[in-house]
Amino acid sequence: MALLIKGGRVMDPASGRDEELDVLIEGGRIRRIAGDIPGTGKKIIDASGKVVSPGFIDLHTHLRQPGREDEETIETGSGAAAKGGFTTVCAMPNTEPPIDDPSLVEFVYNEARRCALVEVLPIATISAGRRGKDLSPMGRLKRAGAVGFSDDGDWVTDSNLMRRALEYAKMLNLPLITHCEDKALTQEGVMNEAYYSTTLGLRGIPKQAEEVAIFRDLVLLGMTRSRLHVAHLSTSRGVELVREAKREGLKVTSEVTPHHLTLTDKEVASFNTNTKMNPPLREEEDVAALKQGLKDETIDVIATDHAPHTAEEKEVDYVSAPFGITGLETALGLAIRELVEKGTLSLTEVLAKMTVNPAQILGMSIGRIEKGARADLAIFDPEKSWKVREEEFLSKSANSPFIGWEIPGKVEWTIAGGKVVYQARI
Amino acid sequence: MSFQRKDLLGMEDLSSGEIIFILDTAKSFREILERPIKMVPTLRGKTVANLFFEPSTRTRLSFELAEKRLNADALSFSSLGSSVAKGETLLDTAKNILAMKVDCFVLRHASPGAPHLLARELDVSVINAGDGAHEHPTQALLDLFTIRERKGSIEGLKIAIVGDITHSRVARSNIWGMGKLGAEVRVCGPPTLIPPDIERMGVKVFYSPEEALEEVDVIMMLRIQKERQKGGLLPSLNEYKEFFSLTQEKLDLARGDALVMHPGPVNRGVELPAKIADGKRSIILDQVTNGVAVRMAILYLLLGRRKQR
Repeated sequence: MALLIKGGRVMDPASGRDEELDVLIEGGRIRRIAGDIPGTGKKIIDASGKVVSPGFIDLHTHLRQPGREDEETIETGSGAAAKGGFTTVCAMPNTEPPIDDPSLVEFVYNEARRCALVEVLPIATISAGRRGKDLSPMGRLKRAGAVGFSDDGDWVTDSNLMRRALEYAKMLNLPLITHCEDKALTQEGVMNEAYYSTTLGLRGIPKQAEEVAIFRDLVLLGMTRSRLHVAHLSTSRGVELVREAKREGLKVTSEVTPHHLTLTDKEVASFNTNTKMNPPLREEEDVAALKQGLKDETIDVIATDHAPHTAEEKEVDYVSAPFGITGLETALGLAIRELVEKGTLSLTEVLAKMTVNPAQILGMSIGRIEKGARADLAIFDPEKSWKVREEEFLSKSANSPFIGWEIPGKVEWTIAGGKVVYQARI
Repeated sequence: MSFQRKDLLGMEDLSSGEIIFILDTAKSFREILERPIKMVPTLRGKTVANLFFEPSTRTRLSFELAEKRLNADALSFSSLGSSVAKGETLLDTAKNILAMKVDCFVLRHASPGAPHLLARELDVSVINAGDGAHEHPTQALLDLFTIRERKGSIEGLKIAIVGDITHSRVARSNIWGMGKLGAEVRVCGPPTLIPPDIERMGVKVFYSPEEALEEVDVIMMLRIQKERQKGGLLPSLNEYKEFFSLTQEKLDLARGDALVMHPGPVNRGVELPAKIADGKRSIILDQVTNGVAVRMAILYLLLGRRKQR
C-alpha cells in the first residue's frame, strides 16, 4: 500500500527545501512531494509538527560481524541505526576476520539482505589482513561492492603502502578513510594526555599522535592527488591541518563524532569506562575547534564511530576496558543539543552533515528527498526531549556515557526503502 | 570537624579540615604504639580484606599490623601477574570475598580508578592502598603526619619532591595534601618524568635539583624504577643518578634543618646514598612507624564509628 507522510516539515539539505509538504511513497520510492496530497486508500503517517529529513547516513559504524556477535550483529546494529534515524550505515572492516576479501564483502551483503533493517554498505580494508604490509585486492573488493577502504582502528604506518593505496584507489574512485593515530606516540595511552591524565595517573594519548598522522597523510595526498577522508577528528590542530589542505585544493574530507562535540577529558575523572574511546575525549579548546570546523565546512560529516562492547568487557578497571562507545541511537540528539541549541549550526546544516554530505563522499545519490529517490526518511521532533535509558537501547550493547541524559531530537519514524523500520512507542 | 565518608580513595577530594582531623586522630593511635601492649579493641568483630594486585611489602604489612592492633580480623590476598587478566576479575573477586561478609577492602591495584570501581559497586568501605600512578592517600597522610610531628605545621613549608613524578602516586597524593595544608610544593625530575600541565596542581616545576632544593624545609626523594630506561624516558640509571641523586652538596643547599624523606623501598646509592638515608636528617623510618598509626586512624574513622546500615 502507498504510504503518505502528511503535514511534516520537509527538510532536504541537498535542495535547500524546507517547507510543510506531504510526501507520497510507492514501490519503495518517493512518488510525489506536494502540498495536500489526498490520503484515500493510503497508509497515513501524521507528521505534523515533525521534521521529515532524508534518512541519516553513517560513514563510520562498527557492526562487529563477523567475529564479535556477542557485541553486535548486522541485525541488531541495523535496528539501532533505524532507531537513530539512520537508513544507511557503512560497516567498518575491522572485524574478525577483517573484510579484506570479496567473499567477506559478499558475506556482509548477504547477511544484510537476510536480516538488516537498513542499508548496510561494507567498507573493506586498505591492507591485506589489516596488517599494514600489502595492499588488499582493492579492485576486486570494489567489484564485490565495497564502498570505501579503511584499516580503521589502525593507521597505515608504512608511508610507502599508504602512498600506493592512495594512488591505486584513484582508478576505483572510492574514498580511502584514514584512522589517524601514530601508535608510537600513543604508546599504552588510554586517555587524552593533558592535565587530567596527569592528575588521574592514566597514561596519555597526546594530540600529536593524531596530528602527525594527519600531516603525513595529507602530504601523501598532495603527492598522489587522490582522495582521502579523515575519520573522527578530535584535535584543534587536526582541524587546522585539514582546513589548510582544503584551502590548497586537496580532495580531503573529514568527520567528527557527536561525543567529541559533547564531552571533554574531564569526564574521565569518573573512571566510567564509557568515557574511554579512541581517539580519546579532548579538551574544551578542541571541542570549540571541532565546532568551528563544522561551521566553516572543514568538517563535512557527523559520523558515529558506533563501537559496541559488552557489559562484561566494560565492567572492569579503566586500563583494562576496551576503547569505544555506541552512538547510533544518540547521534541526532547530541548533534542538535551541541550544535543547533548552542547556535553553531542550523538544523538544516546539521542534517546536511548526516545525509547529503556523506552521500557525496560515497559518490551515491542517496540522502535526499526528491521524486524518484529511494524512500529513506527520518521523521523526528527536534524539540521533544527524551531520556537515554540503558534498557531501551536496540544495540546489543549499552556502552554509552549518555545513559541518564535528557537529549532532544526524538526520532518517531524511520523509513528505509519505503518500509517503516522503526516507530517510536507513543 | 568530623569524617563521614564511606571510603578513602584519594587526597584530591579531601578538604584540609578532613586531613587535619585524620592527622589529629592518628596522634592518639601513635601513642598506643608506644605502650607495652599495642592493642585496642576498637574494631573487634570487624573484618578487613587486604587485596594486593601489585607487589607490596611495607604497605601491606603496615595495614595488616594496623588491623591487628585494632583487633580487626585481617585477611590478605595477593595476586600478581598480568594486570589485564586480573582486572577482568577484580569486581568478581571482590564480590566473592564480600559474600563471606567482610566490612572493608584495602585495595592495591595497577589500574587508576580500580578502588573507585569497588567503592561505587559495593556497599562496604574501600581504602585505596595505591592505584597505579593515581593516588596513594594513606602514604600522603603518613608523610604529612611525619612532617607535622617534626615541624609542628605544614603551612608555609617549602617542600621538594624529586624523581619520577610521572609514574608516582605518592607524588600526586602528596601534592594535593601538602598544597591543601598550605605548603609550597616543588617537583623536580628530568622533563621526561614530569607529566604535562602539572603546574595546574599548584606546584612549581624544576629540572635542576640544585635549584629545586634551595632553602627547602623538606626533601622527598622518590623511587626510580629500572624500567624507565625503556621507552626513551631515561638514557640510563647511571645518568639519572649523576644528575638527581641526593648528594651531601645538594643537601647543603636546603635549609639547615631540612628533613629527608623517601616512601620506600629505597634504592640505596641511587636516589640517595646510605649515609644520608641513615643520617640524622633522614626521617624515613619515622615514616614507616607512623604509617601504622595513620592507617589505624583511617580504619577507625571508616569502620569504628559508622552507624550500621
